[in-house]
Amino acid sequence: MSTLLTAMTVVLCIAILVAAIVSIQVKGDKSMSIAILAAGLVSLLASVLFLILAAPDVAMTEAAIGGGLTTFLFFFVLARMRNGEREYEEANHD
Amino acid sequence: MTYIALATGFLLILIGFYGALTNRNLLRMIVAFTIANSGINVVIIAIGYMHGRTAPILDATVSAADALTRVIDPVPQVLVLTAIVIGVGVAALMLVFAYKLYERKGTLDISKFAELKW
Amino acid sequence: MIKRFLALSLLVGIGAIFVALMMSYEPDASLNLTARYYAENTASETGSANIVTAILVTYRGLDTLGEVTVLFLASSIIGLVLSLGNKQNTTLRKLVPVGELLTTGKSYLAPIIMLLGVYVFVNGHLTPGGGFQGGAIIASGMLLLLLSDPLKHFSHALISLVESLSGFVYVSLGVLGIVLAGSFLDNRILPLGDFGDLISAGAIPLIYSLIGLKVGAEFSSMLANLSEMEDLQ
Repeated sequence: MSTLLTAMTVVLCIAILVAAIVSIQVKGDKSMSIAILAAGLVSLLASVLFLILAAPDVAMTEAAIGGGLTTFLFFFVLARMRNGEREYEEANHD
Repeated sequence: MTYIALATGFLLILIGFYGALTNRNLLRMIVAFTIANSGINVVIIAIGYMHGRTAPILDATVSAADALTRVIDPVPQVLVLTAIVIGVGVAALMLVFAYKLYERKGTLDISKFAELKW
Repeated sequence: MIKRFLALSLLVGIGAIFVALMMSYEPDASLNLTARYYAENTASETGSANIVTAILVTYRGLDTLGEVTVLFLASSIIGLVLSLGNKQNTTLRKLVPVGELLTTGKSYLAPIIMLLGVYVFVNGHLTPGGGFQGGAIIASGMLLLLLSDPLKHFSHALISLVESLSGFVYVSLGVLGIVLAGSFLDNRILPLGDFGDLISAGAIPLIYSLIGLKVGAEFSSMLANLSEMEDLQ
């Protein structure tokens, strides 16, 4: 039981780190939307990690606020900027 | 388990800082900051975790009498609960300032905002 | 290139500190002094089954008041910053048509989501959850309404009325605690009741419901303000 739980935790942590790296490093078309969604995924998977670490209160808060509201705040702002999405490519070759 | 979660949290903080330092786009920097924020929360919760104990909620299985040996430290959880709610307020503020900067300059590239640079 | 090198070397330094912290970390075998006090005395002193809720609402209630104030300041600064500047642009945005599924679903789902939010913060002293989670769930219901009808204007007067009324009653309950029970935000101004009942733990369910309403109103006003921003080209 305990080894199974540990193995699941390792898989979960790897998924969190991969989502975080995707969110930082993704390039190309629609990269901004993918980055925001990956950051929401980091929050959502972190809430599962909080549940494993025996913190159900924190897990609920992170899922409702970090995974839900923050992602939509980003999308509300992104939708108002027509060029915000495209700009990444030109800005990042130095 | 504690060490796995601690390592994940520390790595998330480093990834977030790396993204905030190397990206030039303001929105991408804010996304990176929220990732670092999640990492700090994971670290604090992992420090409060104790192996083999349950959540600090008393019910039929964990009575008030044996709470001392059955529950984990509730204080880090309260701290993180507060930090998450403050974190979304800070993220929303940063987003609104980025929107205002875009309104003025028509760009999100941080290197175009050179008024205070010296 | 040199900037990237500087950033990487800074991160290596921070990473070295983190590795040193992790090497020297030893998990506690038993609860420390503060946590021991909370674990032993929460049930008898506050009557709350959820120790996290008891600390958040009673023992550290003043911090929670400060936190709610920070959130209120953030949402009002957002409203202030967005209302500054030019307001001449009132052209209608081109909207993507909303799907049939969303418009039909929202009329059934939004009330249920808000009911779940109320359930979460009313039961905050018994089960995981409470004012902050419940408030966020209520704001998610508002978000669903906003997504199904992007031109909808929420009544800002109603939101700010709910927000300021619940904040006022919250602080009044705290002051009542000084008068009747001896300390600010003391929950023993009402009888503690039977441990584990819905109506128990003194004023904790009442205070946490007020926090839930206040947080829900603050998040809703944040969302409404952000969704009413003008398009920039």
